[in-house]
Amino acid sequence: MNYPEPALDDLYRELILDHYRHPRNRGELEHPSAKVDGYNPLCGDEIEVELLFDDDTIKDVAFKGRGCSISQASCSMMTDVVKGHTKAEARDLLTAFKRMMTDPEEEPATELGDLEAFQGVAKFPVRVKCATLAWNVLEQGLQKSGESHIEEA
Amino acid sequence: MFDVEAVRKDFPILQRQVHGKPLVYLDNAATTQKPSQVIDALVHYYEYYNANIHRGIHTLAEEATTAYEAVRDKVVRFINSPYGPQSIVFTRNTTEAINLVANAWGRKFLNPGDEIVLTISEHHSNIIPWQLIAKEKGATLRYIDIDDEGRLRREQFAELIGPKTKMVAVAHASNVLGINPVRELAALAHEHGALILLDGAQSVPHMPVDVSDLDCDFMAFSGHKMLGPTGAGVLYARPELLDAMPPFLGGGSMISRVQLEESTWADVPQKFEAGTPDIADVITLGAAIDYLEALGMDNVRAHEQMITGYALQRLSALPEVTIYGPMNVEQRIGVVSFNYGDIHPHDVSQVLDTYGVAVRASHHCAQPLMRRLDTAATARASFYIYNTKAEVDALVSALQEAGRYFAVQQAPIAR
Repeated sequence: MNYPEPALDDLYRELILDHYRHPRNRGELEHPSAKVDGYNPLCGDEIEVELLFDDDTIKDVAFKGRGCSISQASCSMMTDVVKGHTKAEARDLLTAFKRMMTDPEEEPATELGDLEAFQGVAKFPVRVKCATLAWNVLEQGLQKSGESHIEEA
Repeated sequence: MFDVEAVRKDFPILQRQVHGKPLVYLDNAATTQKPSQVIDALVHYYEYYNANIHRGIHTLAEEATTAYEAVRDKVVRFINSPYGPQSIVFTRNTTEAINLVANAWGRKFLNPGDEIVLTISEHHSNIIPWQLIAKEKGATLRYIDIDDEGRLRREQFAELIGPKTKMVAVAHASNVLGINPVRELAALAHEHGALILLDGAQSVPHMPVDVSDLDCDFMAFSGHKMLGPTGAGVLYARPELLDAMPPFLGGGSMISRVQLEESTWADVPQKFEAGTPDIADVITLGAAIDYLEALGMDNVRAHEQMITGYALQRLSALPEVTIYGPMNVEQRIGVVSFNYGDIHPHDVSQVLDTYGVAVRASHHCAQPLMRRLDTAATARASFYIYNTKAEVDALVSALQEAGRYFAVQQAPIAR
């Protein structure tokens, strides 16, 4: 199949579409330590993330939401990669992920692995917020327990 | 007669390629493109008679003032105001015009317990100004719902508009759905001593609009959605209402005599045009009106109905497509909102863009409506005088590519 622009495949990498079609960790936790919902008013992307901490470790994480493929795939992959990691490790990943969105050429300080699939999103500035929404929600969840809410400006 | 190919030649931007494809611009409800005649008028003003208006006693100032005020007369004719230039206030856009009324009229005439009737399908620009003033004055907002085809539920009109109603503020045509029965709403509002404001942003550019026939008290619209530049909009109002309203913004041009403690105001409409207005863009809006009048608004409407009817026919033939709003073109302007399968409209729009097809994909500044339609967002193709059937065909084939793209990629990935 010929597509007119290779750029489109840069954005919609197969791994991203796979997470969109088959989201990981979708659902709710029974006793979450933190619950954060995020909203991107530009696109109407909505996600809700629940986190279960065991001391400094993210023992479990789940999400719900609706929105474009980038926002939902990003959230799915985020939950996948932070699960089982410490809060500090998750923070390193989120810093590196956001850095990749603003400076895609720069070598990431933390190994991003599968998350590198989102590198192409940086070429589509309008979609960057779709990709970072999940990580901003995670950031909020790491900061405080209980329920909170963020709205992208 | 109307010749779309001749019209297209007037729009330099339509020569543009996007991602190697001819631009197919179907986002006209957001803003329209500009013909050379309009662009030239803007350049001519700045190159030849740029000056501030209503103050200088020199040739340039006189020319600029004459040109600016001539546009007021053009607007009077264009919307058939029975009240002359006193009924036309230039604003930045529709939003500012509605804010002007909500603030100036609302501050003086709204009281606790009063009701403002809106519809669930309003653009945020016809919701937020009313929310703000209602909160301040203790007034209540009431919303007319829509039916399954996106038409206002007429049986609610008499339920919601009553003795407590002070203002009915509705879109003449929705930026997502279709045309509203505003004459009926005007009659009901007036029966109860209420006023009616029409958001004409999506109607004035697309069909003959006669404020006298519609019997509205206020009408707001934007120049940039009707071939004009951004920065020039219009508030039509009955002059006696403008006279009774306090000023919205204070400053130069809107005063008569200024004392240290208090002042008196200029006559309408100057009372509502504080400071140096957007002279260049108002003058250029005049060129846009000239262009539309030369085409004839009946022809504009007929062409859009033809394209919209064709788009409805082609899109509804695709089983994956959900179309929002009435299926009867008579009840529509040139706007078709839709979704394609379960592909999010942003993803649809992203693929369309690679084929040079520009559509809007969002909540269309109508979040309450999106919730009512039970969708986060829709894609929207909106047409204007330069769009062709071939462009509708381009939209449809790009949509099918989008469907194929996401389906193809959907196959399981070996890892």
